[in-house]
Amino acid sequence: MTQRAFDNARVWRLGADVDTDALAPGAYMKHGLDVIAQHCLEAVRSDFAQGVREGDVIVAGANFGIGSSREQAAGVLRHLGLAAVIAPSFSGLYFRNAFNLGLLLLTCPQADQIEADERIAVRFDGDRPVVIRACGQRLDCAPIPDFLMDIVDVGGLLPLLRRRKPA
Amino acid sequence: MSHHPAQTLAQKLIARAAGRSHVAVGELVTCKVDLAMFHDSSGPRRLKPMLEELGAEIWDKNKVVLVLDHYVPAQDADAQKIIQITRETAKTWQLPHVIDSEGICHVVLPERGHLKPGMLCVGGDSHSPTGGAFGCYMFGIGATEMLGVCTTGQIWLQVPRTLRMHWSGRLQSGVTAKDMMLHMVGRFGMNGGQYQAVEFAGPAVQALSMAERMTLSNMSAEMGAQVGLIAADDTTMQYLQSVGVSSEHLAGAKHWCSDDDADFEEYRFDALVLSPQVAAPHSPANTRDVGAFADVLPNIAYIGACTGAKIDDLRAAASVLKDKHVAQGVQLMVAPASAREQAQATQEGVMQTLMDAGATVLPNSCGACAGYGATFPEGSTVISTTARNFKGRMGPASVNVYLASPYTVAASALRGRITDPREVLA
Repeated sequence: MTQRAFDNARVWRLGADVDTDALAPGAYMKHGLDVIAQHCLEAVRSDFAQGVREGDVIVAGANFGIGSSREQAAGVLRHLGLAAVIAPSFSGLYFRNAFNLGLLLLTCPQADQIEADERIAVRFDGDRPVVIRACGQRLDCAPIPDFLMDIVDVGGLLPLLRRRKPA
Repeated sequence: MSHHPAQTLAQKLIARAAGRSHVAVGELVTCKVDLAMFHDSSGPRRLKPMLEELGAEIWDKNKVVLVLDHYVPAQDADAQKIIQITRETAKTWQLPHVIDSEGICHVVLPERGHLKPGMLCVGGDSHSPTGGAFGCYMFGIGATEMLGVCTTGQIWLQVPRTLRMHWSGRLQSGVTAKDMMLHMVGRFGMNGGQYQAVEFAGPAVQALSMAERMTLSNMSAEMGAQVGLIAADDTTMQYLQSVGVSSEHLAGAKHWCSDDDADFEEYRFDALVLSPQVAAPHSPANTRDVGAFADVLPNIAYIGACTGAKIDDLRAAASVLKDKHVAQGVQLMVAPASAREQAQATQEGVMQTLMDAGATVLPNSCGACAGYGATFPEGSTVISTTARNFKGRMGPASVNVYLASPYTVAASALRGRITDPREVLA
């Protein structure tokens, strides 16, 4: 079960165009998420895999998740305990994969204002997520359709289908 | 007067699959899936445990195609295990359509007549928009979403806007669909397609072979589009007939085109003035005319992948390398995209020309492009016909990959520096 709203999340700042091959490097795709996680983002941010903690968030530049359909690129962030990824835009394919795996993505046009290591909170005003910065500034995010929030709330499409499974 | 609003090709394809007469841009709809393709990486090894957990079965095995292309031939014991799971599962599920080690999914799918104009298809691979060259609304999805398709036969989507790329004129000799696409990715950026529908149109597109059209649709992925569509025409029909698609299936295929007065966001290009394009490390959007890279000295020239090793790509490389040999210190590797493309190239003498020029011929699989097995050694400078040059994708982070057309890759192999193929062909 994913917590929709959260507080005091530490920010990992990344640049624009973070690709799937950086998130889930091809050389480790033979393995499970536990192995892929050790190499997540190693080509662009070598301290990430060791330093990330449950409840942290990634705040990135535009076009997060471009590239491959490999959903491990989203699954690995869920595995590492990320509470959300916040960016001005996402690859459409990555966006679908993330929600299907229970990873919350927030499309935030002003994400670039958020600073490295700051602590942020996320609240929901209906279907509209809002990022609240340490300084109190509120950054509006694009609304998320209910059916996608339903998927992310239960932890992904597989848990949702499991619930719908006839007894 | 018709009550139907004018529709783009994308809207018509979605409307049919959603059981509607028409759909509006921005609407969320549920579509029936006509075909689902998955491969050895995204397929059984991921789907089987999830299906078993749900106690569910594939909704219609006739609509599923499994392709083994990412981990074949096995490079190590882990890859061997994945291949073994894939083959065993194919048997257990009694899948009727399995294509094992005979080429890359996006190329073998149309070769076997699986794609027909009007279909809505999904693929467990990001280059699935390749199917758009055949008038199919085909897009890539992850393994968990594929689980959803396998259990329900349906998928949701949001009706996209259509970005129509209109190419007038005709490409110069030595300039290809790959150059068109690198140019467009450079102009719009890797997410410039905003997950909308791209449609390629105009005389320069209509003049392209099916293999070349596939390259356009294929690299729609690098533009961040959901699909890259091309309306069916006589070239499409001839191809479909050649791969055994029955005439009853072809009747009405030309219905699948955009209405003239549909709502497009149109961009216009002149093919005549397009120079060969090269994308520098580490992004396909980092594109300039080939002349900007004359001081780059590649030590590996790679002709491979669904993007860049189809029959027209192999012919293009051979036309540059005929009766010549690659420069000293350059390693030329050719991984034909499918066994059938390779057989055709062999019959035409194209493979012999490439081997005589010094090429090493590699298996018909994703190979170094996917980065899942053997990749390029530390510090290599590579010029490649593939689609992506992300840092660390095709080898260690120290590898620099330049993307180009097969003409440009062959000309660069010949001279030992990045070369405009028109200089060599002249």
